[in-house]
Amino acid sequence: MKIKSLLLDEKPTVLKKWFDLILDTYPSETSDFLKRQDNNPADPVSQIIHAGIEGLYDGLIHGIDSDTMHAQLDSIVRVRAIQDFTASEAINFIFHLKKLIRAELEQDIREQDLYEELLAIESDIDGMINMAFDIYMACREKIYELKANEMRNWTYRAVKHSKAYREVKADR
Amino acid sequence: MENEQKPEELANIDFNPPETGWMDTPPEFKKGIFCYGSRPSYLEAVGFPNAREWKPTDEDWKLPDNWKEIVLEGMKERLEKYRSFKIFMDICVRCGACADKCHFYIGSGDPKNMPVLRAELIRSVYRRYFTTAGKMFGKLAGARDLTEDVIKEWWYYFYQCTECRRCSVFCPYGIDQAEITMVGREILNLLGTQTDWIGGPVANCYQKGNHLGLEPHAITSNIEYLCDDIEEITGITVEPSFNRKGAEILFVTPSGDLFGDPGTYTAMGYLMLLHELGLDYTWSTYASEGGNFGFFTSMDMAKRLNYKIYAEAKRLGVKWILGGECGHMWRVLNQYMDTWNGPADFLEEPVSPITGTKFENAKSTKMVHITEFTADLIKHNKLQFDKSRNDHLNITFHDSCNTARGMGIFEEPRYIIRNTCNNFFEMSDDETREKTFCCGSGSGLNAGENMELRMRGGMPRGHAVKKVQEKYGVNMLANICAIDRAVLPPLMDYWAPGVDVCGTHELLANALIMKGEIKRTQDLRLEDLPGVEDDDDDEENNEEGEE
Repeated sequence: MKIKSLLLDEKPTVLKKWFDLILDTYPSETSDFLKRQDNNPADPVSQIIHAGIEGLYDGLIHGIDSDTMHAQLDSIVRVRAIQDFTASEAINFIFHLKKLIRAELEQDIREQDLYEELLAIESDIDGMINMAFDIYMACREKIYELKANEMRNWTYRAVKHSKAYREVKADR
Repeated sequence: MENEQKPEELANIDFNPPETGWMDTPPEFKKGIFCYGSRPSYLEAVGFPNAREWKPTDEDWKLPDNWKEIVLEGMKERLEKYRSFKIFMDICVRCGACADKCHFYIGSGDPKNMPVLRAELIRSVYRRYFTTAGKMFGKLAGARDLTEDVIKEWWYYFYQCTECRRCSVFCPYGIDQAEITMVGREILNLLGTQTDWIGGPVANCYQKGNHLGLEPHAITSNIEYLCDDIEEITGITVEPSFNRKGAEILFVTPSGDLFGDPGTYTAMGYLMLLHELGLDYTWSTYASEGGNFGFFTSMDMAKRLNYKIYAEAKRLGVKWILGGECGHMWRVLNQYMDTWNGPADFLEEPVSPITGTKFENAKSTKMVHITEFTADLIKHNKLQFDKSRNDHLNITFHDSCNTARGMGIFEEPRYIIRNTCNNFFEMSDDETREKTFCCGSGSGLNAGENMELRMRGGMPRGHAVKKVQEKYGVNMLANICAIDRAVLPPLMDYWAPGVDVCGTHELLANALIMKGEIKRTQDLRLEDLPGVEDDDDDEENNEEGEE
């Protein structure tokens, strides 16, 4: 596909803008600070975002299997699922990619009539959005599970240690 | 409908946060980020002020009428009493070196979790009421009025700091955010704004000697349960003594080790080691808590709760005190106990009865960390190990903030792990030793209702473990802190599923060859040791073979 070669050419520009847009979802003190850090290796969140969006972008160009795409999305969504974001805010960073591609490749798409190819790419991005939402929900469910488990374990131990209950052991 | 938006308008959502400065952005209390307010009975039990029913999400916090006076008097008293606090209020140049070193900032992206800004929350009030520039120029000088919203903001963010001190390692002035948080919490306590998760353990500890409120019979029966399991695993009957006068050593550990897995396995490790040595030691059912949640309320409360340790050592007439694997317990014991409750001149300088080693570092407090004691035993070849029993484990080590940054215990636990396990892998230098990342749940933040906060705070540690999990197949995260053992399992479940958590003395006891033990087929968790068949199975297999 012609559009994939254009995406490859524009990769550094799109990734830089995509990264900055994601940072802009944080309060300005944080986004300004992180932009000045320039991919600081001591900041795991920046590292995760950089690695994740590059993996996803490369996947759009070269193809990506479902497990790999899941891992790349999971790394970013897992962080945003416990931050100050609503569900839509947490996964909105993928919609940014659509906007960016349209903006960056607008002239080429128009001049070379690449609309069908653009739709195919956007369809791939829609697949990412679906998967990201599932991951977000799984993360939130995990949080609730952790809360429930702590309460269950606490209660179980309290009962066990009050001598009201003793676990059955296999007769070895 | 008049207000109906078109699809293209709906899609045009601005996700960017509002462009207001931090002073003009009041905190929004988000579920999962804060703990419940303390029930009145907990505060009444220890005489803390303003006990009443309240919720952090209430508009009216039911503060005392003269709350402002209380806060400013409280600040004044502490500015005069703690020179460190006064200096930390004055000297920050806002260089930002600390900003991205805080695990809560990294995990949340919330700028008020940058240590510099968290300190500014109280520093701005200090400027307004205690400096000439602040009184004259107000906001221009970085000062602001003390309002109820400011109190709420302090509360929200001082309970998003685990007092881990990582930021202070990077601060060119050595400003210790932990001390600022501690003072901030002390002042908030003057208004009765305690959390339930801290208030409960404090009240329990004050009345019953331990955070969990276990009464003497529960302490002994818990330990007896552990001894039953030890007998099943090793065939050896361990019979520890309780409150025994005349014992040489008093052993004190966090009560969490007696109550919750995997801490209980570490406690089994202590019991097995001390039995194998034939050590003349005793447990106390009164000094039954090494930890000190009072430390998360006020220095005075911490002192009151810590008093029992020396008092019990004196009552029982022991020579010195041995302490279990814990984090903040050791910050209190190592840095404060001596001046709070000492001098312990009725005790002797600790000497290992097995190796003769004098623990000169504990000359004054008379209390030795068990990893120091055990590492010394190993160094003198006093213990025999079968390291292969831990071969199914690929282990990494999490330095607990308080023992690492608070007292420099880096090598002893690693020495124990290396001598009892074959597969040990370090996380990177930026994530261990004095630069270790916090578990995210220390300083009384290990409640259940703030799980999102805990996952944020523990994110850098979780990320670091995930890296060694992917690189080396790490499946066990060892540590020397009871709170770590309680909070790292859910943290791993979220950030690095498949990694379990243990104390170093669990690993040690798994490998320890005890005199007269039966063939070990199970580990301390009563799980089958991989590749080891018990003799009954062997015999059955042989019989089948003969047929």
